Amino acid sequence: MEDFKVIDNYLMIRLPDEIDHHKSVDISAKADRYILSKKVGNVVFDFERTTFMDSSGIGIILGRYKKISCFGGKVYAINADNRIRRILLMSGLQNIVEIVKA
Amino acid sequence: MIEIIEKKDTERITNEMRIEFAAISDNESFARMAIAAFIAPLNPTLEELSDVKTAVSEAVTNAIIHGYENRSRLDDRVYMKCRLQGDVLEVEVADRGIGIDDIRMAMEPLYTSRPELERSGMGFAFMEAFMDNLEVQSEPDIGTSVKMYKKIGTSSWIDSEE
Ligand SMILES: Nc1ncnc2c1ncn2[C@@H]1O[C@H](COP(=O)(O)OP(=O)(O)OP(=O)(O)O)[C@@H](O)[C@H]1O
Ligand SMILES: [Mg+2]
Repeated sequence: MEDFKVIDNYLMIRLPDEIDHHKSVDISAKADRYILSKKVGNVVFDFERTTFMDSSGIGIILGRYKKISCFGGKVYAINADNRIRRILLMSGLQNIVEIVKA
Repeated sequence: MIEIIEKKDTERITNEMRIEFAAISDNESFARMAIAAFIAPLNPTLEELSDVKTAVSEAVTNAIIHGYENRSRLDDRVYMKCRLQGDVLEVEVADRGIGIDDIRMAMEPLYTSRPELERSGMGFAFMEAFMDNLEVQSEPDIGTSVKMYKKIGTSSWIDSEE
């Protein structure tokens, strides 16, 4: 299961082992509830536990980016392994997400 | 002589499997587990395994959310056919959904018809990148078939050579 934590102005999302369309619907909905109710400005996606991600993960990140960037918020990706990093880069996400080296 | 024998070898079908499952999102992970188990005897590398799982996940997700318009009906079916010819894997994922009008446009990276579902338009691009070959056939109101091919176990074979 994914989990959510708010630290200062940052929403930390610890992503699950596998990110696909089935999982993504729930993750996006929960993240948006935090973004709205806790008024967080920035979102950090933590891939530490994640071993599989398909294009649904790109949708989660892009969707949250659209929600917070208009208020100057930033999106970060941390602990992404080589494969997930490759998928992020293939999708051009390095232009909008800060991919933090582990 | 050797060439002929090798060619015959790769053309021979060595294993085959078909599954049919309801077009609901719970079955995306089922499809990935099924393909992983099917290719396990070939000793794929971790990377090959991820490549195949990602490509299958993309094709199955497309059938569910585009072909069957994300309506989660049990009688909408996704058909998956897997075949091994020596060390070449062929996977076909098919649906009897709405089909694709313009296949070339659909396959363009970043093109999506469902931005409101937070789709990014990268599915076909990943299938192309992670498999050796990709063939898409589709007809509006009839359905879509995506065939993908990949040679498995090449890198481990080279490793054990030295
Ligand atoms: N099985 C299918 N039936 C009908 N239309 C399809 C099917 N597969 C793909 N398409 C069409 O092709 C488009 C591109 O597919 P692709 O997988 O590349 O992107 P996406 O599914 O929209 O987004 P993503 O895969 O990044 O979540 C889809 O938006 C859809 O219009
Ligand atoms: Mg897709």
